[in-house]
Amino acid sequence: MTGVMSFLAAIGRYVLTALAIVGRITLFATQTISHLARPPFYWREFGQALVQVGWLSLPVVGMTAIFTGGALALQIYAGGSRFNAETVVPSIVAIGLTRELGPVLGGLMVAARVASSIAAEIGTMKVTEQIDALTTLSTNPMKYLTLPRVLAATLAVPLLVGVGDALGIMGGFLVGIGRLDFGAATYLHNTIDFLESWDVISGMIKGAAFGFIVALMGCYYGMNSGRGAQGVGSATKAAVVAASVLILASNYLLTELFFSA
Amino acid sequence: MIELKDVRKAFGDNHVLRGVNLTIESGTSMVIIGGSGTGKSVALKCILGLITPDSGMITLDGKDVTAGDRDAFLARFGMLFQGGALFDSLPVWQNVAFRLLRGSLKRPREEAREIAIEKLRRVGLKPDVADKFPAELSGGMQKRVGLARAIAAEPEIIFFDEPTTGLDPIMSGVINDLIREIVVEMGATAMTITHDMTSVRAIADNIAMLHDGVIKWTGPVGEMDHSGDPYLDQFIHGRAEGPIEAVR
Repeated sequence: MTGVMSFLAAIGRYVLTALAIVGRITLFATQTISHLARPPFYWREFGQALVQVGWLSLPVVGMTAIFTGGALALQIYAGGSRFNAETVVPSIVAIGLTRELGPVLGGLMVAARVASSIAAEIGTMKVTEQIDALTTLSTNPMKYLTLPRVLAATLAVPLLVGVGDALGIMGGFLVGIGRLDFGAATYLHNTIDFLESWDVISGMIKGAAFGFIVALMGCYYGMNSGRGAQGVGSATKAAVVAASVLILASNYLLTELFFSA
Repeated sequence: MIELKDVRKAFGDNHVLRGVNLTIESGTSMVIIGGSGTGKSVALKCILGLITPDSGMITLDGKDVTAGDRDAFLARFGMLFQGGALFDSLPVWQNVAFRLLRGSLKRPREEAREIAIEKLRRVGLKPDVADKFPAELSGGMQKRVGLARAIAAEPEIIFFDEPTTGLDPIMSGVINDLIREIVVEMGATAMTITHDMTSVRAIADNIAMLHDGVIKWTGPVGEMDHSGDPYLDQFIHGRAEGPIEAVR
């Protein structure tokens, strides 16, 4: 009986800890958003964050999209050939990329690159008392560090997803005409005919949600980093893990919301 | 005048401040001494509102520091952090002029830069340092930049957290002299935390000995050597034997 109670108590502690973290992150997100309505807004930091999150993530997101598009074309062709449906390759590549793989893989790549970098940067600032210094210089760290990064990621990741979609489709196109004997005109025709604007828009909305999650997790874990190199390392790891899991979970919820019958 | 009345702060089971009472008169230089981990930095951060005390009252000129306009309150302070706490992503001049580039004290960019260079010159740094990044500077130079930032907006009150830690004796002397000169020149109220007895003698008008979460002794620096307080005597003479346990 004691063993069962200990087991239940351990589960209870775990659940309470998890709920406390959810509560703190929710509060952190609310505080961040609330600063949108209250001046000042730090445009220079916002611009730097846009470059950091958007422009500098472009190569990694682009490469991911091109290779994914190419691999997807090969897979769909191989699978489709079992029931003579090879011609669906262009449309499935386009729909799969814009609705699902573009935003999810793009989000995960940005999580790996940006959440870690934000958490490490802010965590180091915390450990070296730079966050305290900001406060003593009459500058709210949430306003100066968190809001510009979260806003920049929320705006930049959908654009990255859009570019990634185009590059992914191009990857599929190159494989289609180079390896699978599609004609260029036919491939493009099939892509355009079956692709709807909602496919692209829904993926970009997902991208905005994933960008928000990535920057929020980076900032939250950075601001709550422990002391020393180990504390910053743990914060960085936690930010990437939390951002990745939340991206996958929210992707399911958004897909349910957008596409469930 | 800054007053701490029965200020208490605990982190879990660790009761760091157990009822600190301390008065710092305007225009004077108070140095708080005490062993590592005795809560000196916590006391300082409580005054600035970076840490919220569990109980007790902190007042500035008779007003509760937690009440009123926080920006206006912080605008009265400058602080030199132990490690400098310079912003890595900004060049030196923007670190020094940080407060002058944004918020209520905002000035035109060129004017802010000129003030920053003037403050750098005041702490003995050449203008060519202005465009470097903090990582390109030595520890002593970073401290001086931190000092320039602390005085850039000409605050009424300046806090110095371990200003000479990690510096060689000559650079420590330079920083001590600068602090003393600047505090006297600006007529500022200063509060310094240090273990360095050379700093204490160079900077202080008054000292307070913090041990076991309370102020054990406070008085003018001239009386420090004849206080008769066993804690203070042990600390200033660096003896292993005495009421302060060497192993903590």
